[in-house]
Amino acid sequence: MEVMRPSLTSAIAANRFGLGARPGDLAAIGDSGPDWLHSQLTGGAPALAGLQSTAQILQQVYSVRRQIHAARLAAQSHPASGAADPAQLRHLARSLPRLLRPIYRAEAGARFHAAVVSERPFIERLVWFWSNHFAVSIDKGILAGIAGSFEREAIRPHVLGNFNDMLLATERHPAMLIYLDNQMSMGPHSRAARNIERRHPGRRVGINENLGRETLELHTVSVEGGYTQADVTSFSEGLTGWSIAGPQAWRFGGEPGTFQFRAAMHEPGAKVVMGRRYPEAGYEQGVSVLRDLARHPSTAHFLATKLARHFIADDPPAAAVQRMARAFSDSGGDLPSVYRALIDSPEAWTQPLAKYKSPSDYIVSTFRGLGLTVNARKAPVGLFYLLGQPIWRPGSPAGWPDKTADWNGASELLKRIEWADALGQRVGPRRDARELAPQLLAGILGDETRESIARAESGAQAVTLLLASPEFMRR
Amino acid sequence: MRLKRREFLIAGGLAAGGVLLSPRVAFARTSSGAKSRFVFIILRGALDGLASAPPYGDPAYAAKRGSLALGRPGSDGGVLALDSLFGLHPSLSFMHQAYTARELILFHAVASPYRQRSHFDGQNVLETGYPLPHAVQTGWLNRALAAIPSRLAPEQERGVSIAPTAPLVMQGPASVTSWSTSHLAPLDEDTLQRIADLYAHDPLLSKKLAEAMAAQAIVEGMPSQARTAGSEDPMMSDPAMMNAPRDPGGARHPPLLAKRGKPGDQYAAVVRAAARFLRREDGPQVAVFDTTGWDTHFNEGGAKGQLAGRLVTLDRALGLLKAELGPVWRETAVLLATEFGRTVAENGTQGTDHGTATAAYLLGGAVRGGRVVADWPGLSDRALYQDRDLRPTLDLRSIIKGVLGEHLRVPARALESTVFPGSAAARPLTGLMAA
Repeated sequence: MEVMRPSLTSAIAANRFGLGARPGDLAAIGDSGPDWLHSQLTGGAPALAGLQSTAQILQQVYSVRRQIHAARLAAQSHPASGAADPAQLRHLARSLPRLLRPIYRAEAGARFHAAVVSERPFIERLVWFWSNHFAVSIDKGILAGIAGSFEREAIRPHVLGNFNDMLLATERHPAMLIYLDNQMSMGPHSRAARNIERRHPGRRVGINENLGRETLELHTVSVEGGYTQADVTSFSEGLTGWSIAGPQAWRFGGEPGTFQFRAAMHEPGAKVVMGRRYPEAGYEQGVSVLRDLARHPSTAHFLATKLARHFIADDPPAAAVQRMARAFSDSGGDLPSVYRALIDSPEAWTQPLAKYKSPSDYIVSTFRGLGLTVNARKAPVGLFYLLGQPIWRPGSPAGWPDKTADWNGASELLKRIEWADALGQRVGPRRDARELAPQLLAGILGDETRESIARAESGAQAVTLLLASPEFMRR
Repeated sequence: MRLKRREFLIAGGLAAGGVLLSPRVAFARTSSGAKSRFVFIILRGALDGLASAPPYGDPAYAAKRGSLALGRPGSDGGVLALDSLFGLHPSLSFMHQAYTARELILFHAVASPYRQRSHFDGQNVLETGYPLPHAVQTGWLNRALAAIPSRLAPEQERGVSIAPTAPLVMQGPASVTSWSTSHLAPLDEDTLQRIADLYAHDPLLSKKLAEAMAAQAIVEGMPSQARTAGSEDPMMSDPAMMNAPRDPGGARHPPLLAKRGKPGDQYAAVVRAAARFLRREDGPQVAVFDTTGWDTHFNEGGAKGQLAGRLVTLDRALGLLKAELGPVWRETAVLLATEFGRTVAENGTQGTDHGTATAAYLLGGAVRGGRVVADWPGLSDRALYQDRDLRPTLDLRSIIKGVLGEHLRVPARALESTVFPGSAAARPLTGLMAA
């Protein structure tokens, strides 16, 4: 009987571009990894069902805050009444985490489930890539509740669309406005600022330049893009008024917890950003700056470099970067055109083990490889934390780094192996790693690993050795 | 029993690895003849040096800082005075004691050579030690360790990062290790040996595994508290969230999770681990760890509030470090530095934006402390850098070169050529260490 050997490109497509092969995947992909990837680019990114919108979540946040506020007021004004019971106040103070935590777990669960079962894993990887490019981090404020909805609302719908749309959707999303402190940023000459100064002389009002700076540095032209402090200030002034509708927004015809442009906070006048003059246009002024940033050649180069680093090598080959940057510029920021240029780059198909897996990659590919079941309501968030990459928590707006040296720590490696060992003991008796290894790593699997697995003292140990192998640590 | 087998494994199985238990150690020594220890704590996010070390005696201080200004010394929530010009934030009570005990130097108006305001480039310069960001992929501390003349075997670990992966400052040619808390059960020796064999042809993985085992060997004897106090994050430390994946029909296994630590002691486990490594005469002489959360754009707070809370946590961690180091504290210098400072004035959201100069701290029993080292530029309009930031008057590299030269005995030639290239103008400070 002739056994069909899946080609090397199928293993590269499944492991590097996808999220890790499942048993049977390589045979199904056949001998054309690139075709399999191209076919995933048609249709939108799949939506995740059964989750709440950012507005719904923020409305609950507002409601909890109102209750906390009312209870504190009651405790202050009637200290003798039962309202000041310390245990009750403590309970109340925890009510926000009590609200946010199950939302975080449900969101992380849905995302993780989608990754593990996806038939279009290239698209899921791209969602993770862009979500990390426009990183928010749950260690700040209420982000734990809306990091997931941010990804679903601002990233996922645009992953197979135009970069300009994704840029606008992310910068105006409440999660980003909160994470980068824009919702209270106020033009020093705005109506709101003048009112405050009249009523509270001496109180300082002004801009917060965090969103403006990080949009330039991290989301578009990058730190090499050639902007100055004056550009940061001016762009930040252009973004003043980009805020979030508060709990009373119904009265003004808005929906609480959605984007709101507050004209009274907007700094009036023309702004100059990177040599271009933007006349006063209220909300549209910031939109115009973003549109120009999205098509700036520095943005094309920066995004192409990041994608090439993620999919090809830590030090991406210049030719591939150039090809992708050109595809970006020629198509006006059409992302599938960029992905096609990536897939068609021969550099992506030559070194099968060029990328060291991030902890997320390692976890997801293990789940896929072993065919482990996932509860869509409950992601193993503690596991991501333990292995060094907690979900939606990069800790900085730069997102997670993407090179071997960032992930190959000694302690981190040992934890992967320890986890692999625990899994081996758990599933080993029902998995035959000798059959599994070629199904996941065909064309990549080396003789040492094959022999080590074959000589294992138990099925459990064989699974551990497969998961700990140099081939499985990389993609 | 396990420790013995592991040491055997380390020595016998992992040729590329670090053998820690060499009796012939040759480290830099303090004047008392003991081995010098150095701890570098990175404050990521740009610490507001005007809040952590307020120049309360500057005539422009109160007006310029607005609602961020702290009260006069002696007032409720007031500055802890160091001299007539400088003080410490009221959250820093241990550091204030250290100053009184002549174990702390405050440096002010300090900056690295980096003059833009990107965290990521600023941290890159802070860690590589090169004048421009992204010039190299190695850190000044690692290159300093590589330059210390010693009779140590090249694979002997000289430094440890208390982190899953070494931060850039610790990456480079010198052999270093990293360690962080684990909630997972240790491997059995046979499986470990097989994995070590499997990695024999993979230089990267075999080196990392050897480093991990060497670090583990040191930590094996740690008190259980330090080994198990891991995440205190309320979002993460829920045992139910730690559940390992369940296989259909899988048998029940004991939970993989260990105990939780006390909230507020965010760095306790990290500090205990660092001390555990540094206490050993045959262990690494340098430890590095990170702290985060200093990027206070919004609601920074004054004597109380967000930044105050972070400073309390940091101050407690330093107090704990001294206690855990015990007698070794006498030989220790701890440097705290950040990538740049923050605006002098409050921004529009009760915080501060990215700035330039800031404060740095050097403390420890080996430090000639009780001093402020600053060429104070002042906070008047005229004095500000680009009309918004504290003007830098002291190069951070001068401080580091002073410490590396006097404390770790890094040769002056190496400091200029390999550790901080292009830093000739930043002459090393002298007299930082106790005689």
